[in-house]
Amino acid sequence: MSEQINTISEDSSGLPNGSGAAAILSAGIGSFAVAIFAIAADKYALVKNLFVFYKPTGALSGETTVAILLWLAAWAILDWRWRKRTVSLRRINAVALGLLGLSLLLTFPPIGDLF
Amino acid sequence: MEITTRSLWTLIHGMGFGALYLLASSGAIVALYRRYSFNAPSQSEPSSDRFLGIYLSIMAALAWLTVLTGTYIIYPWYRATPPKGTVNLGAFPHSLLLSHPATSQWHLIGMEWKEHVAWLVPIAITAAAFIAIKYARDLRNHPQLRSALLGFTAISLFAAGIAGFFGAMLDKNAPVEGGQTIQLVKGELP
Repeated sequence: MSEQINTISEDSSGLPNGSGAAAILSAGIGSFAVAIFAIAADKYALVKNLFVFYKPTGALSGETTVAILLWLAAWAILDWRWRKRTVSLRRINAVALGLLGLSLLLTFPPIGDLF
Repeated sequence: MEITTRSLWTLIHGMGFGALYLLASSGAIVALYRRYSFNAPSQSEPSSDRFLGIYLSIMAALAWLTVLTGTYIIYPWYRATPPKGTVNLGAFPHSLLLSHPATSQWHLIGMEWKEHVAWLVPIAITAAAFIAIKYARDLRNHPQLRSALLGFTAISLFAAGIAGFFGAMLDKNAPVEGGQTIQLVKGELP
């Protein structure tokens, strides 16, 4: 609660930070989706076949298309919910940057292959 | 002096969009740091705020162009399967790399990482561009948004650096070649 109040006073201005928070968190979700779909397609032949949207590019076409759609959907929903609000950005930043960092690690094949 | 259409597309993808993105993002990080560091002047020109939004939007466009040309134009040539009995694998980079233990890891680690990590770049920088445009001058009042903007730009540079490094190394070990030949300059024997 105190963190929330601190963050609000720190970020207080004319524009609420909700839209920015939505962009930040959804980018983390979209990036993480790229990594998760890559691992799933590598592990399960069925998933790999389902992700072949464009044959010359193989499963990469579906993995990235679905991740992008998920990212945009998450962005639209979060923006719709938060655009008029000031939210606790410290936690959202930590989660989003954490998801981006995890995505970097999970897309690295020796780590992704552990799952 | 000649170039094949596939080489030309590889150049446009890597040396054009990709390299330009890397240059632009290192510039953006310096600009963002200087702009929002504690010692920076408290006021900036509105035109400078607009410029930042436009600059990051151009970076986002470059990132999208890089991944889309890479995934849908060059990657199909890279991963094409050679017909049975093909001896010369020069036109099939994926198979060529896997045919030798000394080069197989360039595909198994390099390409496998590059093809996915590159997609984090447009996602991160599009979010950064949106924040810069939406908040513009008001960003000075949002320290957490500024941190995210800098963090996203830095991570996008790191991811683009990984993709760029492996792209260059893959092209050295198994270049994407073929297609029509374009004569750039007609040669003469010395």
